Amino acid sequence: MESGFQFDWGAAFGSVPYLLKGIPYTLLISFGGLLIGFAIGIITGLASLSRNRLLRWPATAYIEVFRGTPILVQVLFIFYGLPDIVGGPINALTAGIAAIALNSGAYISEVVRGGVQSIDKGQTEAGVSLGLSRSQTFWSVIWPQALRRMIPPLGNQAIVSIKDTSLFSVIGVGELVRQGQIYIATTFTAFEVYFMVALLYLAITLTLSSLLRFVERRGLAST
Amino acid sequence: MEKIVRMQRLNKYFGDHHVLKDIDLEVQSGEVVVIIGASGSGKSTLIRCVNGLEGYESGELVVDQQKLAPKGGNQKALAAIRKEVGMVFQQFNLFPHLTVKENIMLAPMKVKDTDKSAAAGVAMKLLDRVGIANQAEKYPAQLSGGQQQRVAIARALAMEPRLMLFDEPTSALDPEMIGEVLDVMRELAKEGMTMMVVTHEMGFAREVADRVIYIHGGQIVEEGKPDAVFDNPQNERTQSFLSRVLKH
Repeated sequence: MESGFQFDWGAAFGSVPYLLKGIPYTLLISFGGLLIGFAIGIITGLASLSRNRLLRWPATAYIEVFRGTPILVQVLFIFYGLPDIVGGPINALTAGIAAIALNSGAYISEVVRGGVQSIDKGQTEAGVSLGLSRSQTFWSVIWPQALRRMIPPLGNQAIVSIKDTSLFSVIGVGELVRQGQIYIATTFTAFEVYFMVALLYLAITLTLSSLLRFVERRGLAST
Repeated sequence: MEKIVRMQRLNKYFGDHHVLKDIDLEVQSGEVVVIIGASGSGKSTLIRCVNGLEGYESGELVVDQQKLAPKGGNQKALAAIRKEVGMVFQQFNLFPHLTVKENIMLAPMKVKDTDKSAAAGVAMKLLDRVGIANQAEKYPAQLSGGQQQRVAIARALAMEPRLMLFDEPTSALDPEMIGEVLDVMRELAKEGMTMMVVTHEMGFAREVADRVIYIHGGQIVEEGKPDAVFDNPQNERTQSFLSRVLKH
């Protein structure tokens, strides 16, 4: 076996226009899913902090199920399994967004809970002592501070979710990896193409993390 | 004279620990009551009961004509009391995400529906009164401990309380900042504010208090005019406590 491998720059750059077509899907699934996941995370995170068991238990069950099972299984279940119940096919894009939403929601829920619990008890005491109701105290005193502390872990979750979308090539969403696979099928330049795929993910995640560092610095300047 | 606080045979437990034992205490309008005692004696718990930050198990507690049920029940009475009772904490507990001015404006706007410009006016007047109007736009973390505590006092005053509770307001301060906070409290007392103060500042207690209460093991062991308590304590526990704290 001789290894006469030569990195084929032509193939690498040639794949880029094709790969770029996948990026809107990658971003749409990631950020669409994360946006819904954030809403789910806030609701279930606050429910998991509730004194009411009827709120707390379902929230806890949801968190355990979606953190405790692989996202690949979740998306396969949604895409191939759920149609048996709902009685019609589910669009691959929808399935991908739903999987990111439900999966990130479970993690964001824990981020929300941790953020809220990290705020000193004295803040609540000061709020209610001034005559604010419990909910006024929560929304004008606790939540803004908790949100600020949640930025780093939320950014972390966003990066994880962006990378998770690569798994959705298995259900045929034309995202970044899927585009690469299709390209490789005709050119057989796996090394070059996956190298470019990796670089494009890195470009997205690096942009996001530097953006987050900027937001974090601005947020922390006032505390 | 109108009674603002009336406690009768108040008992409070933390689990098995009996923190307050049969406390009988009345505070008249305009009176300054200073509560002294060793740490763990129950003095902080006592004033935290007054605005319902701590519930109690048995007895009776009436604050500003509102009967506060045991276990912190009765949300309506609790809400009514907290509007009329201000509190200043050992750790200041300012809201770090709001400016000094916003800290003071928050409660009047949310609780009393005061409009923003009126609330800002009140805030500036109060900041002027506690001597830090020039810090209005800063965030709490940019202020010294003494300044933060003065903001906390202004924040409580913005609700125009009928009673102010001070829970060891100078205990977290560097020694050189204690004076500026005590000065503000002294002024407040002079203007006729009803105050309950838990403190280790015996000089302040002697000078400002109308009445000093010594608590030991969850019980009021001695109470009276400051001169009587400090110069001629009747109970031997008070004597030994005072001999320890007044030495230095």
